Amino acid sequence: MAVDPAIAHLLRRAGFGYFPAEGEYFSRMSLSAAIDMLVDFDQMKDTVDSFIGTPGYLGTVSRGPFQPNSRVSDTRQRWLFRMVHSPRPLQEKMALFWHNHFATGYDKVAGQIGRDGASRAFGAKPSEEDYGVRGQYELFREYALGNFRDLLIEVSRDPAMVAWLDGDTNVRAKPQENYARELMELFTMGVDFFTESDVYAGARVFTGWNLRNFYPNDDDRYSTFRFRSSQHDTDSKTFSFPIYPDGGKTIPARSAGSGQQDGLDLINAVAAHPETGPRLARKLYAFFVSELKTPPESFIQQLAGVYYSSGYDMRAVVGSLLRSAEFQDPANYFARYSWPVEYVTRLLKAVGWTGFSASNAITPLANMGQVLFEPPDVSGWRLGTDWFSTGTLLARMNFAATLVSNQQFRLLSDALPSAGTPESLFAYMRDRLAPADYDTQASNDLLNYLYAGAAWTGEEVQVRIKAAGLARLIGGSSEYQFV
Amino acid sequence: MHFTRREFVRGGVTAFTVGFAAPAFLCDLARAQSATGRNLVVLYLSGGNDALSTLVPYADPAYYARRPEVAVPSGSVLQIGTDAAGSALGLHPNLTGLKSIFDAGRLAIIQRTGYTNSSRSHFRGTDIYSTANPQVAYGPGWLGRYLDTFPSPVDPLVAWNTSRSLPHTLKADVVGVPSIPNAVNYAFAPVTQYNTSGATNSDFLRANQDEAEYSKTAALAISSHVPVLRPHLAFVNGTAQAALATLDRVAGVAAYTPTTSYPPTGLGRALQAVAGALATEVGTQVFWVQTGGYDTHARQGTGAGTLSFLLNTLNSGLFAFYTDLSNQGLLDQTLVLQFSEFGRRVSENGSAGTDHGAGGLMMALGGRVRGGLYGTAANLEYTPDNETLENRGRDVRHETDFRSVYARVIDDWLGASSVNILGADFRNPAIDFV
Repeated sequence: MAVDPAIAHLLRRAGFGYFPAEGEYFSRMSLSAAIDMLVDFDQMKDTVDSFIGTPGYLGTVSRGPFQPNSRVSDTRQRWLFRMVHSPRPLQEKMALFWHNHFATGYDKVAGQIGRDGASRAFGAKPSEEDYGVRGQYELFREYALGNFRDLLIEVSRDPAMVAWLDGDTNVRAKPQENYARELMELFTMGVDFFTESDVYAGARVFTGWNLRNFYPNDDDRYSTFRFRSSQHDTDSKTFSFPIYPDGGKTIPARSAGSGQQDGLDLINAVAAHPETGPRLARKLYAFFVSELKTPPESFIQQLAGVYYSSGYDMRAVVGSLLRSAEFQDPANYFARYSWPVEYVTRLLKAVGWTGFSASNAITPLANMGQVLFEPPDVSGWRLGTDWFSTGTLLARMNFAATLVSNQQFRLLSDALPSAGTPESLFAYMRDRLAPADYDTQASNDLLNYLYAGAAWTGEEVQVRIKAAGLARLIGGSSEYQFV
Repeated sequence: MHFTRREFVRGGVTAFTVGFAAPAFLCDLARAQSATGRNLVVLYLSGGNDALSTLVPYADPAYYARRPEVAVPSGSVLQIGTDAAGSALGLHPNLTGLKSIFDAGRLAIIQRTGYTNSSRSHFRGTDIYSTANPQVAYGPGWLGRYLDTFPSPVDPLVAWNTSRSLPHTLKADVVGVPSIPNAVNYAFAPVTQYNTSGATNSDFLRANQDEAEYSKTAALAISSHVPVLRPHLAFVNGTAQAALATLDRVAGVAAYTPTTSYPPTGLGRALQAVAGALATEVGTQVFWVQTGGYDTHARQGTGAGTLSFLLNTLNSGLFAFYTDLSNQGLLDQTLVLQFSEFGRRVSENGSAGTDHGAGGLMMALGGRVRGGLYGTAANLEYTPDNETLENRGRDVRHETDFRSVYARVIDDWLGASSVNILGADFRNPAIDFV
């Protein structure tokens, strides 16, 4: 059964592609029912982790026991596993969006609070951790489609973020500007809508938003947020933009004990700032709809309108986006440059994973330019055409070779019934991997590859070699790099 | 094999035609295009390098007063004399290799580089240094615009980015620059084959080799087309073509044995690849090398902190490169140009670090560099009439526009026109380091 093109588009954007049975399952429902199922993911239990280590699923390989809560390399594998297998793919997709939006890197955090603490600060799943420690990635899953203002509050108190942007040393005598600057420049309004004096005032707002490190036993190290009222600057702070609904631009002087309210006031203000909604809408447009054209301003204003009228509810915003004619326009199919993790997980889903381990994708992903929890800097990865250089494209082609080498016997058994002629094998593999359309010339080149060498017999050795070789060529082709 | 492809720039403004040819021909082309025999290595220290710890004004009492935790002690700096205004200056104690290059007269340090209304944003700041345009910091980079002056067809290895993603500086309208972070991985891997048919070993190996060849041929063929209505696809196809056409030459670089050992750092590996490309005469004229971590908001340190570690990495990599090129007789054709997106604030913060500032420094290193100190140091004591500081004394005010440094490189090293490439006249006769 062919996968409905609108469904396939939805699963590439709101998820990580689909395996054959998954594509067929969703194709049996209406598009709007499929969107509801993806958006209202809370109706499905979050049980994906219980399948880790189970035969028939993507594997994991670890030095010693698998410890995704406290070893960052294992956290990366758990995330790839969830991307491939979660029945709530939009949750993982939005977690990825937030990870890029609030880009935080493990290495620097490890330098500040140690490797053990840093691993937990990214990967700890509260239900599996003593003391209920919650890593930043689990925060992004929890707030995947949550309230953006609340997410900003959580991020401002997130130990990985506090360590990453040096908030731990933001004290009354010497305010530390790093977090306040990025809160305004990258997380909300954008670079053109605040002044340097706003940065200084913002730094003072967050004085005392520090960390507490504790060691409950010899092996474990944790960092949690703490507000140190003694280190909070209690004087008033004045901004160039309104902080309060009445237009007031000054956060009043407060007692040290209630000083944390300064930060909440500022976060309220930047969430409500008239540039924040449009800026988020543009980022979401590039992430879900198209990177090939300038978003229509009317659509951006419409999404921003949902953002403000819903009180910053991202479920409403993203739901509205996915239900829009703009999203569903076939002209926007394959109009995004896939991120390396999107590329890898989509190919895994299409080709197969049995006997393959998520760990085998980590180095190839680095060569493609994306290491999870290691964005190049706080502005996140460079997207779109920037993913594609000669070296990173070779890395994609070579990952396809590695994966089909591993999956060639499975591909053989799946493809054999369709391998009567090179043409039928080509049609089978093209439909299975579902790249953007090949024009006639490219189709002929791929067929020529199947014809190259000995005459077609359709016997097993030949089909195995050619099916694998073809899957690799399709997976490495430019048409497959778009989602 | 010869074909023509049309490529479209994202945004659809420019359409152009380039001939695309086989590697052997391209080698000749590359040599012909590098007739000047000169190459430029741009070294970017990302994060905003602290100029005041790199080149230390160790005789300025305000430097110690304003940086009680992170000032480099005067006793440990590597003294290199005084600048034109008589300020005594010294290099960070870890920059021993750079000191010897300075002493040999092959290192120029341009003080207080920057521009008016310096951005304190990493991203805006980097865009400004990349485009050489503080007003409109998007579009092609300044070296991308230089590469676009080359007559077509342009060799795909005319420039070489050693980092993973293409820096803004090298973005061009026409010329696509390859990113080759690791020459060893720069290959088209075959699908693993298993001998399940009982073929003899030699038959099996031959069949494998044939199959790998068919595969590569097909990959070249499918990416050779130009889908006119899908310029984004044409862009990726062009990237694939450039990758597949340069594999052999890059493999030669991967096999390069240096004359000295490079430190096992990302910077060391990148510089070794650059030396390899020069020694094997690949024909590359512009290289991009970057090393990060300079955003030292906290625990910057003096002799042993974060910055000290970074400067050690910088020093060991550059000194190995300098030594290797000297041994190979390649120093005279090489110019290293170092920059960072801004300098850091004069006073330290509460985290024993420094926040985003304004004026920084740039360095030029090479066999034909006129070494020495250019420009004058800031007076770090704030008074309202102190013109060497800005932002109410918080930051160093620039003295030399960074575009004057670019102009010198464009006119006097690359042999092109800085007025055309930078869009205005930034030439400064005092900045004559090359």
